[in-house]
Amino acid sequence: MALVLNEEQLMLKDSARSFLDSQAPVSHLRELRDSEDREGFSRELWAEMADMGWPAILVPEQYGGLGYGYTGIGIVLEETGRNLTPSPLLCTAMVGAAAIVKAGSDEQRESLLPAVAGGQHLLALACDESSRHAPHEITTTAVKDGESYRISGRKINVADGHIAETFIVSTQTANGVSLFLVPKDSGGVSVEPFRQLDTHHAANVAFDQVVVNKSSLLGPLDDGLGLLDYLLDVGRTGASAEMLGLAQEVFSRTLDYLKERKQFGVPIGSFQALQHRAAQLFGELEMCKSLVLKALQTLDEEPDGDPELASLTKSKLGETAHLAATEAIQMHGGIGMTDDFDIGFFLKRCKILDNLYGDSLYHLDRFARLRGY
Amino acid sequence: MADNGTFRRETRDWLEANCPESMRQPYNYEADACWGGRNCKFQSEDQKAWLQRMASRGWTVPTWPKEYGGGGLDLAQAKILKQELARINARPPLESFGISMLGPPLLKFGSEELKLQHLPPIARGEIRWAQGYSEPNAGSDLASLQMRADDMGDHFIVNGSKIWTSYGDKGDWMFCLVRTDFEAKKHAGITFVMFDMTTEGVSTRPIKLISGKSPFTETFLDNVRVEKNQVIGEINDGWTIAKYLLSHEREMIAGAGILASGSLPVSEVAARALGRQNGILSEPMLRADIARFEIDERCLALTIERARDEVKAGVSLGAVASMFKYYGTELNKRRYELLMSVSGQEALQWEGGEDGLGELPKKWLRTKGNSIEGGTSEIQLNIVAKRILGLPG
Ligand SMILES: Cc1cc2nc3c(=O)[nH]c(=O)nc-3n(C[C@H](O)[C@H](O)[C@H](O)COP(=O)(O)OP(=O)(O)OC[C@H]3O[C@@H](n4cnc5c(N)ncnc54)[C@H](O)[C@@H]3O)c2cc1C
Repeated sequence: MALVLNEEQLMLKDSARSFLDSQAPVSHLRELRDSEDREGFSRELWAEMADMGWPAILVPEQYGGLGYGYTGIGIVLEETGRNLTPSPLLCTAMVGAAAIVKAGSDEQRESLLPAVAGGQHLLALACDESSRHAPHEITTTAVKDGESYRISGRKINVADGHIAETFIVSTQTANGVSLFLVPKDSGGVSVEPFRQLDTHHAANVAFDQVVVNKSSLLGPLDDGLGLLDYLLDVGRTGASAEMLGLAQEVFSRTLDYLKERKQFGVPIGSFQALQHRAAQLFGELEMCKSLVLKALQTLDEEPDGDPELASLTKSKLGETAHLAATEAIQMHGGIGMTDDFDIGFFLKRCKILDNLYGDSLYHLDRFARLRGY
Repeated sequence: MADNGTFRRETRDWLEANCPESMRQPYNYEADACWGGRNCKFQSEDQKAWLQRMASRGWTVPTWPKEYGGGGLDLAQAKILKQELARINARPPLESFGISMLGPPLLKFGSEELKLQHLPPIARGEIRWAQGYSEPNAGSDLASLQMRADDMGDHFIVNGSKIWTSYGDKGDWMFCLVRTDFEAKKHAGITFVMFDMTTEGVSTRPIKLISGKSPFTETFLDNVRVEKNQVIGEINDGWTIAKYLLSHEREMIAGAGILASGSLPVSEVAARALGRQNGILSEPMLRADIARFEIDERCLALTIERARDEVKAGVSLGAVASMFKYYGTELNKRRYELLMSVSGQEALQWEGGEDGLGELPKKWLRTKGNSIEGGTSEIQLNIVAKRILGLPG
């Protein structure tokens, strides 16, 4: 497939951009923070996003979705990344929807997908137990008990864990790894929400002898590792798309400043030391654009995705977005360090996205392993 | 016209039947590349046959029009041909500055006579071209060049010297920048001319590189007659042609950053040399550097692919070529630094290696020129900053 967006995708991009520019620019995030919003995102905005059809993008048409695929949702995430807009898009509309579409039973699809597509039902992937991402090291257990399973364990730093109606939980079962759909109001689930440094919220979630029916199993019993990896790769690609938007925006703000700010009687952008760093960053961002598009298209084309490409992309985006955000602060000088100025928000958000589902070093290692070295 | 599925099948069959087995191996030595030209000495019958068969289909220059010796393919077909060639690790049938540098400006700006005179011999590999741009005092500041061309009516008489002429001793013809107006601003008095290097008054002197090889020369012009019908574009408007050519040259050089088809990835070379422990390379720091490198290598390949998908046929990549040139050449330097590390002390012998030719250290040294030739890395960054990012000064 050609590495360009088609007409439909270009229109989606345009409409996402103009909607977010007017409804949810960076000042929206600032207001949420300053008002100490309890959830760290706006339910009204989410309802508008649902009206635009965004949570329906990945959902097949038969369940009330749009069927625009991963490239479609990735395009929108790139735009929310640009504006640092907090929303359940990544966790619900991308990872969550992918989980049910890919592995859900007919019953799970019918009960969840229409509500996901409509934005009424929020999901969260609960997979991390240690501070450094190590999704295969699972101590949370699901023990069979007649027609049910009893789930016990603790997941940390669950993105959107503070708002999810249903958790997708990775567990150790008798002979392997299995995923379960666990409603938040099941007895024994306790959610400890917190605010992250980027003012988005998340939660630690404890499961204490939580009883779920065996129909809550998502995907194969004992053989869910492949599904878990797939969902993580989906999330990694989505986070990369968001970082792409973030990095481009922070770079473009920096370029504007280089042209506008004067010292020694000339714009600081005429200094070659800064020009060359900006030019290098431009090149890296061009690389990132190709990666993200290729990774999204690959998810649309390959039923099992391409783990090597997902890690490559996450690693490169984490590194480049971080570079763009730190260079932005440096090239803004003192004003870049102030809370009044928006540039700092980009570095904070980037830190969260880089860590989400494994940071750039984790994926550098995974990339090498997957390539056999 | 046949659909692309049919085209792919036919192409695959034709390549299967026509690409000799020995041409499906990666280059090991510089001599493995075929450069054609009047004095070409083919390394083997296979090499000769491969060039002739490809040229007969116009596939040394797949997208050039048929009347100029090309294959007349559209971009989608050219992409398919490229993929099919890569699939069997086929060597390029022909390396040529005529194809990668002169062809594009000649196609765009040349008169019909000039196209018919020069393009078909380029496509068939019969005439080898040299580039006369740099002068002793005009390197990065190319437009300050001083080679003098005096107007004699229907021809010029040219005097001066060029330097760093790659394969100056092997070139049959030269495309060259000369100054035709000494009063005008420096960019406005330049003309783009072509001449046969056997013309009286042309001489070359070899220059030896740090790699011990001598693939380039100083080139002297002493009262050389150059016909006016060998000018591309307008007299005094050669800078337009020169820049257009440079963007294609830079795109070509950038390709050095991509793993050549059939070559082993650096990680595989490392795994064979160093071995694995528990499935991973036994040297963790080297492993991390290699992984970073291979990520960037993939980035470049994908971005070149994306740019080709974005660009319509014939449109110059312009300043973006500078970004690619910078990225690709810095990447190729990293590749050879890593290969040298992987090989360790073994690579330090001047006449070392399996065949006693010391190919690896010599290639490593040669790559240092990648970020100089075709305009230095610093110059590429200047161009990106000004032309693409619009930074002042
Ligand atoms: C292997 C090889 C093959 C070549 N083949 C050919 C050929 O076939 N034909 C041909 O015509 N030429 C050829 N060249 C010449 C090449 O194009 C020049 O060497 C190149 O343009 C640099 O010019 P220079 O050597 O005079 O260096 P200089 O221009 O003197 O540069 C010296 C240093 O100063 C830096 N510098 C200069 N100006 C600036 C600036 N404005 N901002 C920041 N830094 C700056 C440069 O980046 C470089 O680091 C070849 C060179 C090499 C190494």
